[in-house]
Amino acid sequence: MAPSDERTGWRARLTSPTATALFALCFVLLIGLIFSGDGAFYKWSTHRDALRQASVYGILACGMTFVIITAGIDLSVGSVLALVAVAFSILSIHKDWSPWLTIPACVAIGAACGATSGAVIAKLRIQPFIVTLAMMVFARGLAKTISGGMKVSTAMQRPDGSWTAAPVPDIFKAIDSRLLGDNISVVSLIFIACIIVSWIILARLRWGRYLYAIGGNEEAARLSGVPVVAMKILAYSLAGAFSAVAGLCQAAQEQQGDPEAGIGYELTAIAIVVIGGTNLMGGRGGIGLTLLGTLTIGYLDKILSVNAVPEASRLMLTGVIIIVAVLLQRRKD
Amino acid sequence: MYTMQAVAGPTQTDTPLFAMTGICKTFGVQQVLRDVAFDLRAGEVHVLAGENGAGKSTLMRILGGIILADHGHSHVNGSEVLFRNPRDAANSGVAIIHQELSLVGPMSVADNLFLGHESSTAGWLHQTGTAQRTRDVLSRVSLRIDPRRAVDSLPISSQQLVEIAKALALDAQIIVMDEPTSALSEPEVRNLFARIADLKSQGCGIIYITHRLEEIYTIADRISVLRDGALVATRDRSDLPPDELVRLMVGRSISDQAPRRTVTCNDLRLRVQHCTVRATRAGVPPIVSDVSFDVRRGEILGVVGLEGSGVSELLWATFGALANRATSEITIDGQRIRINSPRDAIDAGIALVTNDRKRTGLILGMDIVQNATLAALPQLSPFTWLNHSAETSLASQSTQQLSLRAASMRQHVSTLSGGNQQKVVLAKWMGTNPRVLLLDDPTRGVDVGAKHEIYLLMNQWSEQGRSIVFSSSEWPELLQVSDRIIVMHRGRIVASFEGGAATPADLLRAAMGSTRDE
Repeated sequence: MAPSDERTGWRARLTSPTATALFALCFVLLIGLIFSGDGAFYKWSTHRDALRQASVYGILACGMTFVIITAGIDLSVGSVLALVAVAFSILSIHKDWSPWLTIPACVAIGAACGATSGAVIAKLRIQPFIVTLAMMVFARGLAKTISGGMKVSTAMQRPDGSWTAAPVPDIFKAIDSRLLGDNISVVSLIFIACIIVSWIILARLRWGRYLYAIGGNEEAARLSGVPVVAMKILAYSLAGAFSAVAGLCQAAQEQQGDPEAGIGYELTAIAIVVIGGTNLMGGRGGIGLTLLGTLTIGYLDKILSVNAVPEASRLMLTGVIIIVAVLLQRRKD
Repeated sequence: MYTMQAVAGPTQTDTPLFAMTGICKTFGVQQVLRDVAFDLRAGEVHVLAGENGAGKSTLMRILGGIILADHGHSHVNGSEVLFRNPRDAANSGVAIIHQELSLVGPMSVADNLFLGHESSTAGWLHQTGTAQRTRDVLSRVSLRIDPRRAVDSLPISSQQLVEIAKALALDAQIIVMDEPTSALSEPEVRNLFARIADLKSQGCGIIYITHRLEEIYTIADRISVLRDGALVATRDRSDLPPDELVRLMVGRSISDQAPRRTVTCNDLRLRVQHCTVRATRAGVPPIVSDVSFDVRRGEILGVVGLEGSGVSELLWATFGALANRATSEITIDGQRIRINSPRDAIDAGIALVTNDRKRTGLILGMDIVQNATLAALPQLSPFTWLNHSAETSLASQSTQQLSLRAASMRQHVSTLSGGNQQKVVLAKWMGTNPRVLLLDDPTRGVDVGAKHEIYLLMNQWSEQGRSIVFSSSEWPELLQVSDRIIVMHRGRIVASFEGGAATPADLLRAAMGSTRDE
């Protein structure tokens, strides 16, 4: 152990997780400046779209951050996203519920899924991987059940068998719109709001401190009076609630509720958190890192697509980047 | 190995099976073994006795090739050996059977017996030959079980015999057993002793470590006593009566005098009645059985016991940390309270400093402030909002009182010395302003200076009227600090002494389960 205070040494600062995550993002941006896709990278609209496309993943990653800080994992976020997208579409398109009722109900559905996982994990002491894998399958099945296995869209069948299109609900249009002179998507603003809320919980509330303590040393936390069971349920409920928010955005963007939506999103969310530098062993990390991770993944994808790199190659490259980023993040102590 | 078996029979005792001479080992500045000479004959049980921290486990780790001695020589059957790693030791016929067994739970008994030494040709396992050898070694320990069973489906006592059989499968001659009976019931202990007698007749030498006087005088042929890292005696059992053994174990000089204070204890503060902690396994006697004790205001109560006596569990149970296994009735300041979780205990004004700060005391990835305020956080953050300035001021206040030395309050606790880490743990609990402090070996692994400071602090706290229940592996110091001492053996209180009225030998005699009264 170095005797010097690790927060003041410049060398320590350069190797801190934030610095490393920032370095990775700058590296990706530098690639974008060089391979700009015939100048597309120099247009604001490219950045706006990159941010919009990364936002749904970023919202999921916010929720995932809480869980990973407690040394857990949540594989169900993609399925919960689909469940909420379906529920949101049914309530908004077919039931004509007011958004003031629909949105809280949808967030509650997500939080309930997470609370269920959290309660089983903390009370029955089953591994998070198993429990959330089960919830992933269960929520997907529930989404297919309530949607009848089909996409819930504005297309409606009349009693005589012919098809008509219901109007797209205003709340869908609102979420899918852009603000500030067409310069930023509402979905991106929702993502930024999620980041702020997560930051408050993790850095300003006692709950956040307890989540770090549980991830750092669960037994020491318990012996210090930390309500471990309640805090784990809280972490998974937050992950569920953020998945629900992502589901709302997904439904609005697609103008439908697709029970097959969000397959594999949980892995992207985990990748974002890990690339940011939050430790899968728990106890370390933060929401700022998740923001940097979201931007890194989002820009990487955008830069490869403006350069017309085929999707197959993009996937392989992303795999390589994840390993490189984690190697850079590895602490030297 | 086979040639050795041919010459070394149970009757041949002139060349010892194993001998160590001049063994020295230093960790940092602390010399834990000084010029130790130890030998083991074929066909004998040689008990290694000593207080906690006398150097027994270090000596056994050298024998097992886990660590290297700084100086000294080892001989097996008269020829010099050097164990650089556990495999060297195993190849020379050494097997160590630890309290925590080293079997692979989900694998079968047969697979465990030959793990790492499978008989095979180009990777193909010899199934039939292995089955025959499995039956042979299992019969040598009289274990009649299906060798295809998974090890973790067997009771602990059978797992232990599998571990011994594994040693025999590797032709081990020198078998070390470290507190093998700690998790066994009476009939299982009797069975183990019968198996040890079998091993003796087969020409094995057994080094046996125990804290139970009764066991020593049941199975020992010879007894060696380690004290403060030096081997003070090796005698035949008949030449070493129990009183003499105890005297040899404790007869050390007290290097740093703990301060003595005079506090008049008055009102009753804490009363624990009928505390029982069940073992994690059925059929084994409880770890703590029906223990009751009182602590008065401002009193320091010392609790003494050897490893496995239930002292830590008693303190944990009082703190509500073993809620699913423990029952007890707790009264504080005349008020009967229910303690089902550490939170309940903290709210009732109880604090617990555990004996392992890295595993159960600190969050190593957090800084001093975050650790020092963890237990008091509900008071510091109304409506769950953290108040950073209140946190910092509480943390600096409580760490200053303990004269913690750190470059910054934002320093990670993993970078602090052992003594300063322990002060962070103490600061965490003083921040909750406790009425009762349960201190489980609070000076473990801290340097002499910090140790002295901790004793001074304990005096200070008791003068403030706080009550302290204190256990320590360093008995001379515990005798100096405590107003009263209770001694535990196998989960029960077997003796109690007024402070100053007892000697370390009195404590040890009681803690080893001697029923004789002085």
